[in-house]
Formats: sequence, C-alpha cells, structure tokens
Amino acid sequence: MKNSVGLVAAQRAHFDTPLELRSGAVLPAYDLVYETYGTLNADASNAILICHALSGHHHVAGYTDENNKAKTLGWWDNMIGPGKPIDTNRFFVVGVNNLGGCHGSTGPKSINPATGKPWGADFPVVAAVDWVHAQARLADRLGIKQWAVVVGGSLGGMQALRWSITYPERIRHALVIAAAPNLTAENIAFNDVARQAIITDPDFHGGHYYEHGVHPWRGLRLARMLGHITYLSDDQMAEKFGRRRSSEAGSFSFDVEFEIESYLHYQGDKFAGFFDANTYLLMTRALDYFDPARTADGDLAAALRVARSRFLVVSFTTDWRFSPARSREIVHALVHNGQSVAYAEIDSAHGHDAFLMEDEQYFAIVRAYMEGVPT
Amino acid sequence: MTHTLGRADFDVIAAWVQPGEKVLDLGCGDGALLQWLAETRGIRGWGVEIDPAGVLAAIKNGVNVIQGDLEGGLAGFEDGAFDHVVLSRTLQTVRHTQKILEEMLRVGREAVVSFPNFAYWKNRQAVLNGRMPVSEDLPYEWFDTPNMRFFTIADFENLCERMNLRITERRVLDDKGRQVEDEANFLGSLAVYRLGRNPA
Repeated sequence: MKNSVGLVAAQRAHFDTPLELRSGAVLPAYDLVYETYGTLNADASNAILICHALSGHHHVAGYTDENNKAKTLGWWDNMIGPGKPIDTNRFFVVGVNNLGGCHGSTGPKSINPATGKPWGADFPVVAAVDWVHAQARLADRLGIKQWAVVVGGSLGGMQALRWSITYPERIRHALVIAAAPNLTAENIAFNDVARQAIITDPDFHGGHYYEHGVHPWRGLRLARMLGHITYLSDDQMAEKFGRRRSSEAGSFSFDVEFEIESYLHYQGDKFAGFFDANTYLLMTRALDYFDPARTADGDLAAALRVARSRFLVVSFTTDWRFSPARSREIVHALVHNGQSVAYAEIDSAHGHDAFLMEDEQYFAIVRAYMEGVPT
Repeated sequence: MTHTLGRADFDVIAAWVQPGEKVLDLGCGDGALLQWLAETRGIRGWGVEIDPAGVLAAIKNGVNVIQGDLEGGLAGFEDGAFDHVVLSRTLQTVRHTQKILEEMLRVGREAVVSFPNFAYWKNRQAVLNGRMPVSEDLPYEWFDTPNMRFFTIADFENLCERMNLRITERRVLDDKGRQVEDEANFLGSLAVYRLGRNPA
C-alpha cells in the first residue's frame, strides 16, 4: 500500500496511580492501548496525539493483518502516513483508545477488581477531561513533555480543545476538526434516543449483559442507524440512495425495500457486531457533558484564555450535527482573546462524516498547516 | 483576490498602524499584507477570506486566516475588537457597500480602505476609446472581473459624507505607485483612506 505506515501492532500501558474522574469517581488502576507511527526525535518535539471520536480507537493508521490489509486499515489511514497530510516521516504519531472504550483500554468489558466481574454499567461515566488526563500520563510514559500537535475530529476535536485548556503548557498546536464548543439540545436529543434504544433493549440487563451471555445488539444497531442518518447530509443521501428500491412495484410490506434502508441495516448490523453497547452509552454521555465554558459562566472566550497553543479549526458546509456555526464560535472566542487561529470551512457534500474522507481542499489545508509546525 | 507583494498601498497602510495593534484584514487573500505588517510594524493580525485558494495560501504563509463571506457583515466579531480593520482593494467587489463600511467601524477603532479609482484619466481614456479599462489597479477583463461596484474618489467621499464617516487621512497613488497631490480624481489610480466615526 502506497504511503502506508505498514503493519502495526497495539501496545499496552498499565497505570497504577489512581485517576480521579470529573464525576468524583476514582479509577484505581487502568490500561491504555495505543499505537505509534514514525520516530520520536531526540528532544521529543515532534509528537502528535490523535484523539478519536465516538466509535474510534487507537488503530488510526496502517494495517494489523498483512494478509488482510484493506479490511484492517486504521480509521484515519488516508490522513496519516509517510508523505500524507500528517506526515510520519516528520512526526511521531500516537493513537490511543480512550478509557471506557471497547478496543483494549480499560472499559465496561474489563474486569472490575472490586468484584472480579466485568464492570458493565458500574464503569464510571467518563468525561473528555478524564481522557485528557489519562492521555497526559501516557505522554509522560512515552517521554513526551509537550505535544507538537493534538488532533481530533468530532468528539476527538473536543478533546484537542480540552487539551489546550487543561494542559496549556503541554500542547503547541490544536487541530479542532468538525467539532463544537458543546452540544446543542438537538444533538443531546439524538444521543438520548440512541441511549434509550440500548437501555430499553431486553438484552441490556441494566448494563450487566456480559454475565447473561447476551449483547443488546438490537438497541445498539438502532443507535448506530440513527447516528448514521445524522452523520450524512440530506443532499448526499439523495444522491447516494435517492428513492431507489429493489422492487419498483413495491412489496407493500415492511421488508427492506429502499436502498437507504438496506444501507442503514447493513451499517447497523456491522457496528453492533463489534462495538460494545456500554461504551456507546459512555461516549455519547461524554459528548453531552463536554462544555469547557461551563466553569467560566458560559463564557467560551474566558475558558480558552489560558490556552497558549495555536489553533486550526476546520468545519464542513453540510455538517449539520457539528455545524460550521459552532466551529465559528470557537474561532471568534479565540480571536476575541487575541489568540492565533486559522479557520477553514470546507465545501463538502458529506455531512459530519466528511472529516474522515479524503477531500482535496481539506487535506491540502491540513497538510499546509502541519508543514508550518516546527519540530 | 490574492495580494501581490510590494503593492503600493501596503506602505501607506504600514505607516498608519502602530506596533502591537490588532489588525483585521478583510479579503486578505494569501495574507501578504498581514505578513508585511507583522514583519515591518509588529502588529498582531487576523484575516478574512472567502476563496478556498486564498485560505490555503494564507495558511501556507502561517497567517491567522478565517474563511468567511464579507457579505454577511462581520457577525461574530465583537465591537471594538480591533485597532484597525483593513479593506485593501476589495470594496469594489463587495455588494453590500454601506453595510461593510459600517461593520468595519463597528469592530474596529479605525477603518483603512483602498480601492481603484475608476475616474483615473487612463480609465476615462479607455472608456472614451470605447473599451472598459484594464490596468495595474484594474487588472481584470470586464467578463471575468470580481468587481461589482464601479466608483470614483469623488463618489466614495460623497458616500462617506452621507454615512457621516470621518476621513482622517487620504493618500492617492498613480499607476506607478507615486503619490498624487493635485487633481486626485483625475490623476489617481488607487486611493487609500483612513476612516473614523464622527462623534455622534
């Protein structure tokens, strides 16, 4: 594969120092699973942290199976690699699975040392700031005092923003892509419906479904289907699926008939087959809670005033879940403070999902910005 | 609307800003003016640009560029946020002329506006010869010009008066970048203004 970081394998870091969470709960010990690409330079000044979104994980670039490259590609492989916009020839890139995740880091599927059984619903509700603290400890472990750049899209972008506020001296640049300073009521509403789909699934068992040998896949599938609708744009759906259906005459039943139905079912089934429902609950809740302006009387500029990093903020025109207007709030708060920020609004038909897709202008912007980051 | 380095109005504008000032450049293109002002005058700058190629070029230049449309005004920018708001060779491309001038003086203490003078004698001559002018300061053919407002020094000063804007300084340059003192509306190819609000 061209410009690929190649075959990669996850690493695991164990932490014994208890982590106090925003909720007040304490994680006595935890593991973080991560991958790295490129080489950390002698003064550790070329490190980049990639923060993942709701369904992401530590496997960001490269492939994990030599015989199955295409199917085991990292979720942002188009962005990261030798010669790519985030160039692993220059930078040392770290991808990490967040706490509460279901890809190897400590989460609801892990064993709760207090009970000897999986945490399940007892896993504490984690916030973006908790992830940032955990990521900071991983940085310590890797010998990284300061990230050259913290990068993220969607919920990942929110973590990048949080990094700039919580550890201003440990981050030189923040790339905040398809994000928002907090969720709107409409956005929280979508998350609530997704969670209700999971929680009301008869196989949910109050979040302790592992012990019953079942998984609330019906609820998780519905949650993902709903999510997918909101990540796409109306125009894109019209173009991709329109009103096309398997039978022009119509079956006059409720079986899958329109192509959009078939697509959503496929996506829902696929996702429910590997993702953990408790993790989905946790991730959506972290989104709901994210609001750095909360402790500054709702004043985003005041919350961002401590930041010392430079910012690149990127939004996509048809993203209605994290609309350009929300990104502009971040930009204007930074300008108000006299802080350095560049903002690009990418003309795209792909809705929120656009941040994961290759686009000439988008990639050129990220590449240009990254080339200006000294190491 | 990409700036080219060494533009005659850059030096005029540089003389009007002070080190440490916050400057907003509207239609900043590749950010050349902001870079120039940062290097020579030590200002802190931000730019607004709508054209994707301009935004990309500005990011390559390490400029604080914000992609956006001037026609919607300067929503999001706070009152009095900047010492100077610059509109360099861009006013003639903006449809909502009065709105943008008002907005500049809302978010900035002072506005700096430069524009090509359509009454420059060479432009008049071109029209007398039956052709729309193409020149150093009006580099486009009529069929591909981004310009949508065609006005002169006299027209602009008339508008300032109607809008009760105070002209604190004016520099007029010919097409070689030399300063013009007399008969500005006839001999001037480019006009640069420093504008403020009249006391209410």
